[in-house]
Amino acid sequence: MSFLPYALAAWLFFVGLYGIVTSRHLVHLVVCLGVMQSSTYVLLLAIGYRTGKKAPIFTSGVPTKVGAVDPVVQALTLTDVVVSVVASALILALVIEIWKRSGKLCRCSAPPCSAQPAISCPHGSTTSSRLRSRQP
Amino acid sequence: MSPRVRLGLFGVSAAVLACLFVWALTGLPQFGAFQGEYGRILNSAAGPERHVTNVVSAVTFDYRGFDTLGEEVLLFTAVMAVALLLREARSGDERRADAVRSDVVRAVGLFAVGPTVVMGLYVAAHGYLTPGGGFQGGVATASGLVLLYAAGRYRAYRAASPKTLIDFAEGTGVGTYVVVGLAGIVVGGSAFLENVVELGVKGTLASGGTIAILNAVSGLAVASACVLIFHEFLEELMTAK
Amino acid sequence: MIPLQVVAIVLVGLGGLAVVAARDPLRQALVLGVYGLTLVILFVVLQAPDVALSELVVSTVAFPFILFTALAKMRDRE
Repeated sequence: MSFLPYALAAWLFFVGLYGIVTSRHLVHLVVCLGVMQSSTYVLLLAIGYRTGKKAPIFTSGVPTKVGAVDPVVQALTLTDVVVSVVASALILALVIEIWKRSGKLCRCSAPPCSAQPAISCPHGSTTSSRLRSRQP
Repeated sequence: MSPRVRLGLFGVSAAVLACLFVWALTGLPQFGAFQGEYGRILNSAAGPERHVTNVVSAVTFDYRGFDTLGEEVLLFTAVMAVALLLREARSGDERRADAVRSDVVRAVGLFAVGPTVVMGLYVAAHGYLTPGGGFQGGVATASGLVLLYAAGRYRAYRAASPKTLIDFAEGTGVGTYVVVGLAGIVVGGSAFLENVVELGVKGTLASGGTIAILNAVSGLAVASACVLIFHEFLEELMTAK
Repeated sequence: MIPLQVVAIVLVGLGGLAVVAARDPLRQALVLGVYGLTLVILFVVLQAPDVALSELVVSTVAFPFILFTALAKMRDRE
């Protein structure tokens, strides 16, 4: 059973990657990227975990001899969680720009994106060609 | 490329990648049996050496403080990029009506603003004593301000987050981090980001030396980064194009 | 490895799948919030309260808010 956390990291990585590859909506793609990134958190914390040890917070006179799980991977992860949301915001800002210039949010060649009722998507031309032809 | 070809190509390359992935994972230590010396030494040394109770904060703002500076610069750059992208292209100032009509939403939401902001500040301030710190508390504080928009009015939210001031706060947060780091060289005479401030009494807010200062300025930088990003996205939403 | 960890791991695994499988972005943003909470549980049982707190504030407010604003912005020209 002890391989389970590592398996979870691999699972999240590949599920996210699959989502990115099959995504037909740019916002959907950004969220899938987020799932992929969370696999790194799981991997790091799984490596630093030590069976039976507590969190590395020694309040109320807990003797430091008892030991705790690894604090270094936690420090790495906690800042990354916050920075990742800002990075996602940057990607979403790029998505908004793409939408403003091309008026669409999918990279559809075929089949049609009728799966998303909210956003219409005339298929047949790729996003990049639209970008070139419809500068504001 | 047709979706079927793309999916096939993905299947093949993902299979190869998965093999490499599994191979790499087999080289990792058994789950729960990690014996990294660095973490173990820090766990026993951080308390006596830096007078803090939360070792994770000590690692973030002291032992690996340089890495956190990198994260802060990353944060700063990303926020600047968002602002550049969205501010420049914005045209027309046709405002949407945005009054919240439900009294319940309004009352509950506005009631929650104060406690959320206070909780955010509390989490940020006690970062080196209990779980929390500038990064988490900063996001929580910014979230409290956003409630003003969700429950109240865009105008009230704008009044609570004057853009110039937030821009300034963001720069100050990152800048002070570097200044504190340089103080390590000038005052301590040895290394960048050396802990040169009085360490104080363990378990109180006045402990940790530069950890407390860096924690606070990181909180400032993260909170203003989040407010700025929320601001840019809201501004984008409010500008009908 | 305690049972709680196994439960949390399974929850996160299912959550990740659900996020990717939700094809409508608006619905996906909601599923993402739930997925974030499962990650919080996992981080707590892995003895990482700092990271759990970080994930909590990010996944319940910050990320959904940005997603919703972006989606609301891009909804109106259709």
